Amino acid sequence: MSLQTKNLRVYYQTLRGDVKALDDVTFNIKDGEIMGLAGESGCGKTTLANSIIYLTPPMKYIDGSVELDGEELPIWDIDSMNTFRYKKVSIIPQYAMNAMNPTRKIGKMTEELLVSKKISYKKTKAELDRRLDLVELKNDILGMYPIELSGGMKQRMVLVLSTLLNPSLLIADEITSALDVSTQKAVAEMLVEFRNRKIVKSMIVITHDISILYQIADSILVMYAGKLAEKASTEVIIHSPMHPYTRLLISSLPKVGVKYSEKKLTGIKGNTPLLFNPPVGCRFKDRCPVAFDKCIKEPPFIEIEKGHFVACWRECERNA
Amino acid sequence: MLKLDKISKVYSTGTFGGKLLPAVVDVSFDIGEGEVVSLIGESGSGKSTIGKMILRLITISSGKIIFNGIDISTFKKNTLKSYYKEVQGVFQDPFSSYNPIFKADKIFTIIRQEFFPKMKDKEWEEKVDSSLKAVGLNPDQVLNKFPHQLSGGQLQRFLIARALLLDIKFLVADEIISMLDASTRVDVLNLLAELKSRGLSILFITHDLSLGYYISEKAIILYRGSVVEMGNTEKVYSNSLHPYTKMLMASVPRLDKKWEEVEVELKAKQIENTIGCVYYDRCRVPDKDAGCAGSRPPLIKVEQDHFVACKHCMKE
Repeated sequence: MSLQTKNLRVYYQTLRGDVKALDDVTFNIKDGEIMGLAGESGCGKTTLANSIIYLTPPMKYIDGSVELDGEELPIWDIDSMNTFRYKKVSIIPQYAMNAMNPTRKIGKMTEELLVSKKISYKKTKAELDRRLDLVELKNDILGMYPIELSGGMKQRMVLVLSTLLNPSLLIADEITSALDVSTQKAVAEMLVEFRNRKIVKSMIVITHDISILYQIADSILVMYAGKLAEKASTEVIIHSPMHPYTRLLISSLPKVGVKYSEKKLTGIKGNTPLLFNPPVGCRFKDRCPVAFDKCIKEPPFIEIEKGHFVACWRECERNA
Repeated sequence: MLKLDKISKVYSTGTFGGKLLPAVVDVSFDIGEGEVVSLIGESGSGKSTIGKMILRLITISSGKIIFNGIDISTFKKNTLKSYYKEVQGVFQDPFSSYNPIFKADKIFTIIRQEFFPKMKDKEWEEKVDSSLKAVGLNPDQVLNKFPHQLSGGQLQRFLIARALLLDIKFLVADEIISMLDASTRVDVLNLLAELKSRGLSILFITHDLSLGYYISEKAIILYRGSVVEMGNTEKVYSNSLHPYTKMLMASVPRLDKKWEEVEVELKAKQIENTIGCVYYDRCRVPDKDAGCAGSRPPLIKVEQDHFVACKHCMKE
């Protein structure tokens, strides 16, 4: 087991009270697994990513634990996380395109980053060149400023930077969403390549675009309003999802070959609930077509088949 | 209804405007009444530039846009106003289309001041209500609210409702879906399809191939400002001929198929190639020749309602 989170709860502190952005999150990732994390905006995807690596106010740790390779991560303590950050857990943040210092040449910036982690730049240089080669970037990029690169090139440069110290877990937060389809494909395939070459052990790939996850992820975790809805292998999530939310979400995606005049798709009625005061019980029940009286209680996130976790009373009853 | 005749747009860039950047080159197509045309291309292909030229937000460098028989560049003050009564645009980011200080319905008030100053309050309210209902919003829930109190999908539909107040005939929809969540996307898309059945023509600008296929009957694939392939949507999608279209089709992440083994060439820095084929330096067709580099291939008709700008694809 590479990553294991147990009952993780992280809230946002605001003047109007706590926003329950991450509520009772329990899941694990196997060695070598690429886990996709999908859900609508505001469902807590990025909060989950940030709380594993850099939990700062207004985020507030409530309880739960995160274990990486059998070692507990002190996520509640920003300073002691420093020993893990970048070396064990690394992240490619959202808007990675703007993550590089515009006033430094890329090589210089990389050097400063390594020095701050007390690692020799000279010794790492050979490896850095090899990695640049792997993502098809030329070596002279190190003498350039970030402004001279295109979006796809910056994204690949950040990928190299984030993985330079062979972290055990890499979190990629919406890294393909600002790219063109052809560049998107190339970057996504590089992620898989990094895993195959064992540069990183496991990955969490966050995106709202499920069709990308279908191409590269081994398993998909679907979140809804700060809670886990379903986790299973990619094939199962796409072709035979169980949670009503996942089912509606998958069926609302337009595919090439589907025309309005032939098959009208439907969206999901209603809006995601506000997390100041989330609805009691199942958070999807107001929009759910199959909700019934038991949904007032909170459904547990349980394993129905091997490797297939669902939080839905309907499915619990059917499989009981 | 709307006809683009060899329009081009050249931007001047550089510190003193010394360098020229051709954003759109000799693009011609037409859009009939009640027709939805998708304009598909990667970033920097000039798709938004075309939309802005139709809306007269930027000037045209050469060529003509003809709306119902009249060249739109001749419109001045009053005629321009009546043009805007018929042609409107909705843009990508619904959050930045509003002024956060004012309530969201201010966009309706502005329309009233500009176009319907004599209309009675009662009549106006009814008009607003009916156009809000047409886009699937409940007037009681959305009126009198600030932009931050509404969701992205609601704001986007609000903007479409604003356009509908004017009895428009033509809508430029520039990436209006891409900022929305999957669950609300389809609602906005279905709304467009419904408006189309009422006779509205739509230019649907997108980079997402599956969305283009879902609602349009005609597709235009742009690459670096030039049309590389255009025609009936089904023909362009199922029988793609241009190497660029083929590469694009293979790179789209799909839910029904895993990625095909098509080599994706990463975009290098754009090389100025103003005379030859726009796709020349990325093209992988084995028999590309000096002719490709020397002169721009014209659009050739391959079958009824299907045109390709590549002579080598024809041989297959």
